[in-house]
Amino acid sequence: MHRRTILAAAAFSAATALSGLAFAAEPVKIGAIECLTGPAAKYGTMIKAGFDLAADEINAKGGVLKGRAIEVIYEDSAAQKEQAINAAKKLIGRDHVLAILGPTLSNEMFAAGPVANERGLPIIGTSNTAKGITDIGEFVFRTSLPESDVLPVTLAKAKAKFGIKKVALLYSNDDAFTKSGFDVFKETLEKQGIEIATIETFSVKDSDFSAQLTKVKSLNVDALVVSALAEAGGGLVLQARQLGIPKTIPIIGGNGFNSPKIAEIAGDAADGVVIGSPWFIAKEGAQNKAFVEAFRKKYSQDPDQFAAQAYDTMYILAAAFDRAGEADSKKLRDALTKTESNGLLGPFKFGADRSPATAEGVVVTTIKAGKFVLLQ
Amino acid sequence: MLSQQLFNALVLGSVYALFALGFTLTFGVLRVINLLYGFYVAAGAFAALVGVQNLGLGLWAAGAFGVVVAGLVAVVCDFLLLTPLRRAKAPELSSLIVTLGGVLLMNSVMQIVFGAEVRRFPARLLSQDALSVGPLLVAPLQLVIIATVFGLVALLFWFMERTRLGTAIRAVAERPDTAALMGVNVGLVVGGVSFLSAALSATAGILIGLNFNAVQPYMGESMMLRGFAIIIVGGLGDIRGALVAGLALGFLEVMTAGYVSSNLKEAVAFAALILGLWLRPNGLFGRASGKRA
Repeated sequence: MHRRTILAAAAFSAATALSGLAFAAEPVKIGAIECLTGPAAKYGTMIKAGFDLAADEINAKGGVLKGRAIEVIYEDSAAQKEQAINAAKKLIGRDHVLAILGPTLSNEMFAAGPVANERGLPIIGTSNTAKGITDIGEFVFRTSLPESDVLPVTLAKAKAKFGIKKVALLYSNDDAFTKSGFDVFKETLEKQGIEIATIETFSVKDSDFSAQLTKVKSLNVDALVVSALAEAGGGLVLQARQLGIPKTIPIIGGNGFNSPKIAEIAGDAADGVVIGSPWFIAKEGAQNKAFVEAFRKKYSQDPDQFAAQAYDTMYILAAAFDRAGEADSKKLRDALTKTESNGLLGPFKFGADRSPATAEGVVVTTIKAGKFVLLQ
Repeated sequence: MLSQQLFNALVLGSVYALFALGFTLTFGVLRVINLLYGFYVAAGAFAALVGVQNLGLGLWAAGAFGVVVAGLVAVVCDFLLLTPLRRAKAPELSSLIVTLGGVLLMNSVMQIVFGAEVRRFPARLLSQDALSVGPLLVAPLQLVIIATVFGLVALLFWFMERTRLGTAIRAVAERPDTAALMGVNVGLVVGGVSFLSAALSATAGILIGLNFNAVQPYMGESMMLRGFAIIIVGGLGDIRGALVAGLALGFLEVMTAGYVSSNLKEAVAFAALILGLWLRPNGLFGRASGKRA
């Protein structure tokens, strides 16, 4: 009995010591606020998948700051601003994270961003594309291209390809991101000399668009330009085709359409939808191919743009930690501003306004049989 | 375009009316503000989805399955939550709090079981091709919705006026104590109403799920506000009122969006609610309810 206890104790301490050897120091804690449930969950769960894949790879190679593992603590914001604020407060006050990734929606960033900014914690949006995100404060960064960079490229390509002269502009007027997208679309359409036959609104939660679409159909437009999140957007695309708006009249979407959810909801009706994006799955390059393969292997599904951006951002954050040299939020912030990386979305630097410095890599894609392909 | 818009209004109004039918029964007959109603909409839709995907049932069988499952779930939930309140003769507002807690719980459970993703019914279930009827483009499903709603209203009307159980329900709605004294099994009647209203909500959920190609745990919640408006304007417990008010709301929303501005859609609908209540405070077909000694 006595000998066995000593043996057990020895084995126990050996095991503890051995596991400790793997990461000798405390992990580096990062918070992530994402929409893991609710209507925007598709975006948030893909972003989480991208974060986790990158964090696993980074930790497998030894972590950051000379051997410390990255630990991501997730909070669900469920597309509710109040929940995003609470999540930020909890991560900062209780979990003592060094930086926050997310939130998913621009709407939520406008709410939670100030909380992190006031406490001097860098907060990095990977999917916020509304105007004015980084104006919140000097600790607010974003790696996602604002709509003002992507939409003009999308419209120019669509105009060249389809000869568009008159459009109907539709958007959900109760979300900061879709409203921002609408502003950009409207400004760009006017600049490009395209006539806006009508402007129609709906709610993020709407599922019936028959009134607006019937009106649009009667106006004989060349295209529908839509700023919406994936759920309403998918429903709108489906109803548009059901009401007899033919596929010769393309539907052009903003960043909310950059999710396979559109095809999930609209099915065949989603074919031919036009969306601009800084990344798409068949993008050239060994790094992208490796990412897509690793993602498919780990999650048994294809990555989307949100996963790719999240993956890149985790690497950017890890590099910033190493550049800062210590686990300090203020030093991390300064290190982030000096970011120079080459990821899935191409060469990346933060501009003076802490948004991406260039919009070079934007491509215009379309959906074919549920998958995103380049618009030729 | 006008005829197509009118048809859109008819379909949307029918959906609203269908949703309101079961809701008005619960509120009017059981005197209960049952916030779980929105949940039964989703429960019915998900049960039908399970029926199609996991049990391999056809559309109609899966629909019946969804309706029955939702009804049974409602009987259990309502029994657990509302019977103690009834026994204690609690004020109506307590049912609001209790069912609020109930719906928060059940929605979370639903989300844990099914996930938050929007599901679709398989496309092969119902033909998606639109038929051309004169100047209109009509989907077969839309015709099914309209026929179902009007059929159900007629059936419900006949049931409440012409059958023993229907009369018993109306008796319990008026004076449960007296009804019990007259030999009515109040518990059975209450259970029956729970089942019936949930069955109606499940029907709404399945048709909505098919029509908008989206089944998700919170699908009933977005309709609840409109549901409240409809049953209040139509008169609590008034079946005709629910139908008329539902159709009117659908008509107002579609016409405003189509001919005025889609921005004003909600404003007009709820302004009409205020007007309706102002002119007819007891509901469209209501009589002034007095309390007699």
